[in-house]
Amino acid sequence: MTDTLEAGAYNFAYLDEQTKRMIRRAILKGIAVPGYQVPFASREMPMPYGWGTGGVQVTAACLTPDDTLKVIDQGADDTTNAVSIRKFFQRTAAVAVTEATAEASIIQTRHRIPEAPLSEGQILVYQVPIPEPLRFLEPRETETRKMHELEEYGLMHVKLYEDIARHGHIATAYAYPVKVEGRYVMDPSPIPRFDNPKLAACPAIQLFGAGREQRIYALPPYTAVVSLDFDDHPFEASKAPHDCDLCGASDSYLDEVITDDAGGRMFVCSDTDYCRSRCEAGHMGRLGVPQQEAAE
Amino acid sequence: MTLDALLGGFTETPLQSAQAFRAALEALSRPGQIETVTGATPPAPLSVAAGVLVLTLCDPTTPVHLAGAHDCAALRDWITFHTGAPLVGATAAQFAIGTWAALAPVNRFAIGQPDYPDRSATLIVEMEHLAAHGARLSGPGIKTTAQLSLPETAAFAANRALFPLGFDTFLTSGACLAGLPRSTRVETL
Repeated sequence: MTDTLEAGAYNFAYLDEQTKRMIRRAILKGIAVPGYQVPFASREMPMPYGWGTGGVQVTAACLTPDDTLKVIDQGADDTTNAVSIRKFFQRTAAVAVTEATAEASIIQTRHRIPEAPLSEGQILVYQVPIPEPLRFLEPRETETRKMHELEEYGLMHVKLYEDIARHGHIATAYAYPVKVEGRYVMDPSPIPRFDNPKLAACPAIQLFGAGREQRIYALPPYTAVVSLDFDDHPFEASKAPHDCDLCGASDSYLDEVITDDAGGRMFVCSDTDYCRSRCEAGHMGRLGVPQQEAAE
Repeated sequence: MTLDALLGGFTETPLQSAQAFRAALEALSRPGQIETVTGATPPAPLSVAAGVLVLTLCDPTTPVHLAGAHDCAALRDWITFHTGAPLVGATAAQFAIGTWAALAPVNRFAIGQPDYPDRSATLIVEMEHLAAHGARLSGPGIKTTAQLSLPETAAFAANRALFPLGFDTFLTSGACLAGLPRSTRVETL
């Protein structure tokens, strides 16, 4: 494939119209039943499973030419997965792209919710590897479907209880299960549990796409989302007990970066846009560089 | 089939259907919010908004039911030509189009199955007018409460009681459309 794509070589946003209609119907049913996983006929995409084929299909079905797209991978705009998906939509849909959370109308994300608060009019599209929260407890789809039907979620509480029995606290650090509108238990995709509180009462529409597993689910804005817990072991959003070494933020989710082979390490915001905008505003962490020096 | 049936579809299908879907998504995600759509000019009595929804969501895999005055030759031809959707009776329909009076009784439409609540009908209810006052709405998609001019509240309250089963509704009038998913709680003010 050449670098310059001829106009009209692909349908707008890659997928054909019949496929988009099918995905759009699934998204609407997902919105109508928050947290329920709607089966859809996932297509093969020009990228491997596990690279966000579900998210890409949901984004393709939602995109209009007026949109501004942001793609993040573990919070970062500049990692391989994010760069290639962003480029894919620049080529096939000619949409504007941005790294600034506030400027984006559609944000496709792998395993993070941006630190900056989302607003009405934005759509957050999650890439989901395993949409079924009960899958590692019960491998049979027929059984998990029955469990959702009967609202039989005792097994999930047993799993969290076993965490407490073994570790003294709930050790599930990512893909922490939530209950949506008091009905469906949902896997929020492998976001850190630090992000779980942001799922609830979010002004943006949240859509989840699992390509290999062929499921779409959704959270309309301002939906009640509760992380599962126990009265004596309440849910707690956790992060590394440090400040960002670049921007000094104490409220953001941090990545640990090994800097040498002598035990040196630093903690930096996983949300690159958040970290950069704080640095530009003059905030500085332990290892930060003043903005004028950085520019020279 | 007359020549009229061939006219009135999207002229730029990928772009117009994308914009129409976003309007439908916003409407269903935020019950009470009224969106305006363009692009379709269907034959009477179908409204522009209902026509846009049909072109955006219906295809040969989605059986459509036309109720009452909407079950006319011009509209049958138009939907068949532009979408290829099979026209069926109320119980088999995935989409049902008509006035509220023509669609009644609404309990004949598919509400999904306990293990597959998504296998339910979507009603497209043609209204005289659509306004953000009337019955009080609350639930997912609504920050506190919203209001929408519903044709009645009892049927929607009964539908909500079936949750997670139930039908979903789009209300259309002229170029305006609003959404009312099964998850919305409805009260008369």
